[in-house]
Amino acid sequence: MGERKIFSGGEFLISDVTPADIFTPEDFTDEHKMIYQTAKDFVEKEIMPNIDKLEEKDPDLVLRLLAKAGELGLLGTDVPEEYGGLGLDKVSTTVVGEAMGVAGSFTVVYGAHTGIGTLPIVFFGSEDQKKRYLPKLASGEWCAAYCLTEPGAGTDALNAKTKAVLSEDGKYYILNGEKMFITNAGWATVFTLYAKVDGEHFTGFIVEKDFPGFSTGAEIDKMGVHGSSTRPVILEDAKVPVENLMFEIGKGHKIAFNILNIGRWKLGAMTTGGCKGCIEGAVKYAKGRIQFKVPISSFGMIKTKLADMAIRTYMSESMMYRLAGMFDDKLGTLDAEAKKSGAENAKAIEEYAPECSITKVYGSECLEYCVDEYVQILGGYGYCAEYPAERYYRDSRINRIWEGTNEINRMLIPGTLMRRALQGRLNLLQAAQAIPQELMSYSPLAVQLPDEPLALQEHMVKMSKKIALMVAGLAAQKFGADLVKEQEVLAKVADMIIEIFAMESGLLRTKKIIESRGEDKAKFQIAAVETYVDQTIPTIEMWAKQALAYVEQGDTLRTQLAGVKKLARYTPIDTVSRLRAIADRVIELESYPF
Amino acid sequence: MNIIVCLKQVPDTETQIKIAPDGKSIVEDDIKWIMNPYDEFGVEEALRIKEKFGGEVTVVGLGPKRVTEAIRTALAMGADKGILITDDALEGSDSLATAKALTAAIKDLDYDIIFTGQRGIDDDLGLVGASVAEFLGIPHIALGIKVEIADDQSSVKVHRPVEGQTLVIESPLPVLITAQKGLNEPRYASLPGIMKAKKKPLEEKSLADLGVDASEFGEAARKLKIIELTPPPERKAGKIIEGETPQEKAAELAKLLHEEAKVL
Ligand SMILES: Cc1cc2nc3c(=O)[nH]c(=O)nc-3n(C[C@H](O)[C@H](O)[C@H](O)COP(=O)(O)OP(=O)(O)OC[C@H]3O[C@@H](n4cnc5c(N)ncnc54)[C@H](O)[C@@H]3O)c2cc1C
Ligand SMILES: Cc1cc2nc3c(=O)[nH]c(=O)nc-3n(C[C@H](O)[C@H](O)[C@H](O)COP(=O)(O)OP(=O)(O)OC[C@H]3O[C@@H](n4cnc5c(N)ncnc54)[C@H](O)[C@@H]3O)c2cc1C
Repeated sequence: MGERKIFSGGEFLISDVTPADIFTPEDFTDEHKMIYQTAKDFVEKEIMPNIDKLEEKDPDLVLRLLAKAGELGLLGTDVPEEYGGLGLDKVSTTVVGEAMGVAGSFTVVYGAHTGIGTLPIVFFGSEDQKKRYLPKLASGEWCAAYCLTEPGAGTDALNAKTKAVLSEDGKYYILNGEKMFITNAGWATVFTLYAKVDGEHFTGFIVEKDFPGFSTGAEIDKMGVHGSSTRPVILEDAKVPVENLMFEIGKGHKIAFNILNIGRWKLGAMTTGGCKGCIEGAVKYAKGRIQFKVPISSFGMIKTKLADMAIRTYMSESMMYRLAGMFDDKLGTLDAEAKKSGAENAKAIEEYAPECSITKVYGSECLEYCVDEYVQILGGYGYCAEYPAERYYRDSRINRIWEGTNEINRMLIPGTLMRRALQGRLNLLQAAQAIPQELMSYSPLAVQLPDEPLALQEHMVKMSKKIALMVAGLAAQKFGADLVKEQEVLAKVADMIIEIFAMESGLLRTKKIIESRGEDKAKFQIAAVETYVDQTIPTIEMWAKQALAYVEQGDTLRTQLAGVKKLARYTPIDTVSRLRAIADRVIELESYPF
Repeated sequence: MNIIVCLKQVPDTETQIKIAPDGKSIVEDDIKWIMNPYDEFGVEEALRIKEKFGGEVTVVGLGPKRVTEAIRTALAMGADKGILITDDALEGSDSLATAKALTAAIKDLDYDIIFTGQRGIDDDLGLVGASVAEFLGIPHIALGIKVEIADDQSSVKVHRPVEGQTLVIESPLPVLITAQKGLNEPRYASLPGIMKAKKKPLEEKSLADLGVDASEFGEAARKLKIIELTPPPERKAGKIIEGETPQEKAAELAKLLHEEAKVL
């Protein structure tokens, strides 16, 4: 395998990425496969037998299972070896996250503990803090929580009221305030928490549950993930030793946002695992459920559901592992000194903040789609608590809210890209400005595509990039710095970018499979990409036209709409047969088929 | 105490088996391969003995390159060394030939106990363990569910279930024991174990390396030939018993069990 080329964050929009440049699940090493197996076995043998009991929030059970996960190394993939972890690559973390994705509320315990709970210390803790906390977090002896949200500061997280004041003897910070919705609060020992020093400087602290003045409120009744603990955290003259201040005074936002980036990608990995669980549950039921004297899996509409679930999950999975590979490649360029610095690592990951938001939104919405169809395939039984579909449906909903709501993540995608464009980090504007010129000479009828699989889809992905850039460029031109106020337009740009990353990730992965295994062995993946592109291009065209219709008027608008139409020109293919073929494969294997 | 465990790679029990067009083999395309579960009991037992008495655990696998995965899993569980016997000439070998090749790889190693699974869950023959013991000229105890090593490490007592009773068999070492379900609960390959396994020695040996004659192996040398594979018969549709009252239904059920199913 050759070296993968390193792209900067968002560069996929303006560059041609080749199959050889991306990491795919087909590139797993033996170790990745074994790690996946261990995590999967752990979920099957330790979690699933307790899945109903876990809903009761028994701290002893949760902590016992967490310790067991720790014993197997499942909590330490991101923790460096010198602090009791394994310091593995990000693909390994993704593999574990994916396997954990079907563990119901334990997924949440695991996700909050290893992600937002532990990582602030990994990346921004002092040597002393790392030594004191990480070994016990990696082993699962202690559980971690993360306290950013406040009653009055949710999406607007920096607007925190919690205040920290240095004590007279200079040994403690005295913290006052209230945090809201803190996952793991009922059984965590270690809380990463943000407060404003002197009411001004947003700063991270590590707070232990036994520090005086620290307490948690009552459990909050929730729609789903009933087995996770969610409580307010209350600080009443809480005494936090000065050595537990994290990183630097006034640099808390750096910790908070970097950790969110990672949390978003990890959430993507976990939702992908959840989608696979839905497919498996749905297909097994559909094969056994007889109506009109035949299994309902023989009905075309049920097949469409099974196939669409599988296709979207394929895109989601392709995106998650592509992004994990991008992290690993980028982290691989750090020199020995930088590798040891958590802040440098976090900076390398921050490069892909747009991709983190993309995978978070796509992953959570893909899971939402899958849980909905899972319930639907089970009919009335899907609505009843006796079947897991009902829990899946409720548990899924939170994923569009936490780790940044999908709205704010949608704003962050174009927002971050535009900022980088203005900083000269990303050549977006030049690329966008070139499009009107290109359009004049472009004739879709004159396009000669090579006679090879997915040539048309590759072409359409390229055209989609041009459409998205064109809309973003024209909107930027029109609104300038006020563009941030045009959320409706930005959301459509974000949606186009998300779909482009999805289509491209599936496309490149499939081309890689064709190269390594031949076209015949890739036939279902090819059908998946062909179908997905077919479904997506008309939507992209519609979003672009709707956005432009707001941005421009009259003749200019008409010219632009004609341009979009030209770029999006596409003749539909037979997706019914393809969906059936994919569904039949799902039915044959009784699982996610790729 | 040095222990050898023989490993086979078999299709995952959840794999849907499809018979190949030749009618004599299975389609391998969609198969997920796993370590034979009975061999896994052997690995676990070997590791427990090693943890108690010290020594080394060597796993020996045979088959195509993919068998490396099963060997690596055993190394990740804690075994020390792996040997993979792989050679195109082995393709299609029967149990006896497999046992010959394993014997050739084992005979010059230093061992006190050899574990094999009591059978492979794929072809269910259960011949390899006994054959290896025979070729090596050592005692063989089948179907062990408990293994007790004497304190002086010179002999072993093996418990074996017989019709609800237990037979306790004693043997001097070295001995070959085939592992039965119930022997233990195999451990997971932990992540640290997986990373360590990467650095453990895994040797590949061809038939020439083992100094045996390739003509004794493979399809042509088979003493047992597979003539035909047939899938299990399709299950017949169930029958729903009609009746107004539970009494009526029960009477009808008893009648059918007696007259149709002939089990009463
Ligand atoms: C079960 C659960 C567990 C949680 N765990 C944790 C945890 O462990 N640690 C932690 O710190 N937090 C946690 N949270 C908090 C979670 O991250 C917040 O709920 C989330 O950030 C949204 O904040 P909010 O609830 O205050 O909603 P708001 O910020 O009030 O948002 C309400 C709506 O307005 C939209 N909105 C807000 N601002 C904008 C904008 N600028 N543009 C467009 N739309 C906007 C939002 O998208 C949303 O749809 C958890 C929440 C829940 C429910
Ligand atoms: C809370 C609740 C209250 C209810 N209340 C009542 C009530 O008061 N009275 C009453 O009589 N019933 C009631 N029902 C039953 C309800 O009407 C049925 O659940 C519904 O008709 C679906 O039947 P089913 O659950 O057996 O699903 P199934 O018929 O098994 O359907 C499973 C899936 O297969 C699909 N499917 C089935 N056949 C076909 C086909 N030919 N082509 C394509 N797709 C097909 C379905 O659309 C569905 O997606 C209730 C159900 C619930 C959950």
